[in-house]
Amino acid sequence: MNAPSSALFAGGTLVLPDRVETGMLRIEDGVIAAPGSAERDGPCTRIDAAGLLVAPAIVDLGVFAVDRAAFHFGGIARAALMPDQDPPLDHPARVNFIAKSGKPDLWIHPLAAATRNLDGTAIAELALMREAGARAVATGRRWIADSAVMLRVMQYAAMLGQPVITHAEDGFLTHGSVATAGEMATRLGLPAAPAAAEALAVARDLALARLAGARLHLRQVTTRAALDLVRAAKAQGQDVTAGVTPAHFMLSDLDIGGFRSFARLSPPLRCEDDRQAVREAIADGTIDVISSGHDPRGVEDKRLPFADAAPGMAGAQTLLPLTMTLVRDGVIGLSRAFELLARAPARILGVNAGALEPGFEADLILVDPDLPWIVSGEKMGGIAGNTPFDRQPVQGRALAVYKGGVEVSAAGSRTRGNPRSVGSGGH
Amino acid sequence: MSTSDPAPANTGFPTGRRAFPHRDLLAIAQLERHEILYVLHEAERWLSFNRRAAKHNDVLAGLTVINAFFEASTRTLLSFEIAGKRLGADMINMHAAQSSVRKGETLIDTAMTLNAMRADAIVIRHGSSGAVALIADKVGCPVLNAGDGTHEHPTQALLDALTLRHALRRRGESGDDFTGMTVCICGDITHSRVARSNLLCLQALGATVRVCAPPTLMPAQIAAMGAEPFHDFDAALRGVDVVMMLRLQSERMNGALLPSAREFHHLYGLNRRRLDLAAPGALVMHPGPMNRGVEIDSDIADLAERSLVTRQVETGVAVRMACLEILTRTARGVGGWGDGSGTVAEASS
Repeated sequence: MNAPSSALFAGGTLVLPDRVETGMLRIEDGVIAAPGSAERDGPCTRIDAAGLLVAPAIVDLGVFAVDRAAFHFGGIARAALMPDQDPPLDHPARVNFIAKSGKPDLWIHPLAAATRNLDGTAIAELALMREAGARAVATGRRWIADSAVMLRVMQYAAMLGQPVITHAEDGFLTHGSVATAGEMATRLGLPAAPAAAEALAVARDLALARLAGARLHLRQVTTRAALDLVRAAKAQGQDVTAGVTPAHFMLSDLDIGGFRSFARLSPPLRCEDDRQAVREAIADGTIDVISSGHDPRGVEDKRLPFADAAPGMAGAQTLLPLTMTLVRDGVIGLSRAFELLARAPARILGVNAGALEPGFEADLILVDPDLPWIVSGEKMGGIAGNTPFDRQPVQGRALAVYKGGVEVSAAGSRTRGNPRSVGSGGH
Repeated sequence: MSTSDPAPANTGFPTGRRAFPHRDLLAIAQLERHEILYVLHEAERWLSFNRRAAKHNDVLAGLTVINAFFEASTRTLLSFEIAGKRLGADMINMHAAQSSVRKGETLIDTAMTLNAMRADAIVIRHGSSGAVALIADKVGCPVLNAGDGTHEHPTQALLDALTLRHALRRRGESGDDFTGMTVCICGDITHSRVARSNLLCLQALGATVRVCAPPTLMPAQIAAMGAEPFHDFDAALRGVDVVMMLRLQSERMNGALLPSAREFHHLYGLNRRRLDLAAPGALVMHPGPMNRGVEIDSDIADLAERSLVTRQVETGVAVRMACLEILTRTARGVGGWGDGSGTVAEASS
């Protein structure tokens, strides 16, 4: 990958970590240059960004599939892949393969399965997987029920300096359930679990992480009670971060009415009060990360009765515009939006990206923040269109994606031959 | 007998609309009070028709009705089959156990197959809530929900309402609805589609509904559906006009949700002493099949003039005849039933 990667973004509005301002951004050798530093000789592409935001490309923490077209559509340059693959990412060789699979124009950061086969009993080879390119340890879709196993996973991850990413729902309470217990689930006659299943799991994982001295990232925190626990732990100085996906600040369990299987998610949609709590937690900093949870599912998984359908939604394409609704609603500012979408997840993964800071990888997107468009599962590109936001009008699109300072096309412009080629450099 | 009279006089119909403006019967939740009353009104005449020696009519002659039962059923299937046959329809039964569903065919593909066979109505029972609505969305003919998971069982609620109405009439308490009455539904409320449909139907017809179950079988926020929840059966029974017992599925009795069948009987079994707590002459209903000695004692189940259990079965056939007849009116070109748009397309005379 020796493409000339010096570029100058001019005329756009720069979304910097602490402010938003009109200015120029210079890229040297694929890295963001310090303002005022001397320009070097050689070819430099000038890019007119007038009227657009120049923002860090999204770092999507916790996707379930490598979906190049969807990520490109959504302005995502890096994605952390959940270990829930077939076979699971519980072996160094598979982690190594995945770590190289998207380069050069999409970087996939594998998350190591915490336990072998993700079955929650035996610790996987976490150190070897770290060396193979794993950026964190994750429990996957499921909860590790055995607290002793969970403690050991955290102790091991702490030794390796890696965060542990957990799915925080008490698996016994949620067993067999497809909805949150409440009026909607009762009316629809759907198997339901109490929302407290989340707070229970969050409380346990917080306690175990304290004991182990581990960094904990709760991938999705979706209830008021669990968010209160996270807020309190942060106030006490615990090294914990929390994430959420747009579904839980945009939708509530009212949206499962009509048995629409696209709204079958994990964790399930919550009541309206919990949705409000998520928005408050985004505003006050309790929530650190907004990710897509991208989980494209074809009709064979979704065109089924609600309870028989697989959970999950295709979210990469709508992550940016739905987060922009929070800006438009005055919940957060633009800088904070990209903190949630890029800077915080990059920090958790330990990669020098996710912000317009000198020395960081020039992973950028040009965004028209007001561009109106209609979400369409069929037209957005990607593996599948299972989005509960189908046919909804939204605003904001990434018009161009730059990875390491070079523009990437939907098909992967810089990659010759096999787009999954692994021959373009180390991690 | 005319099938095109648009409405009985006393049900407060909005004018300019069909009396029953739905293509499918999927849930009581979709029905307005006057629509429920209209179905009951139509079922009345089939009830008397069914008591004749010659019980055959050819109003549905030439139509094909498929009973697609993805979940085991004896009485509901039989009831629909008799209902269709008495109306002259060709009734075909499809059991999931014998079908390609077992071979991995998806529900949608099965629905498309049934649709391609040009059925004029499909009666569906399925083990998943919402499955019947999903199929209805994919087929071009009326669909009747014969029970979907733990969601709804609308014909059961309609037949219960008609049974109750007749029991009240026999006692000289006339009235088309149940205003002022209190009904207690007792048993496994969480897993009961009968409870949900009855709760909605009885309330739509003016009754106050209590639900009674141990906490492990009571769904969250049932009060939001208008029911008054009880755990103490004696308290729930006090002064009620009707006791509706639900069948306790044997798989619930294994210790996960209930300690044992005998403990359930101790706390929630309907016996003579408990029935005496209800209003004098209170009526007893059960959707069947009954677990005698678990949720209901035999002497109560067989109590003449108080137990309506066999009347419910009889009424069931009439209600299902009415539902099949109403929902096929558009296909049969009955005057005033239009093109399925819900509005009256042509003047009915």
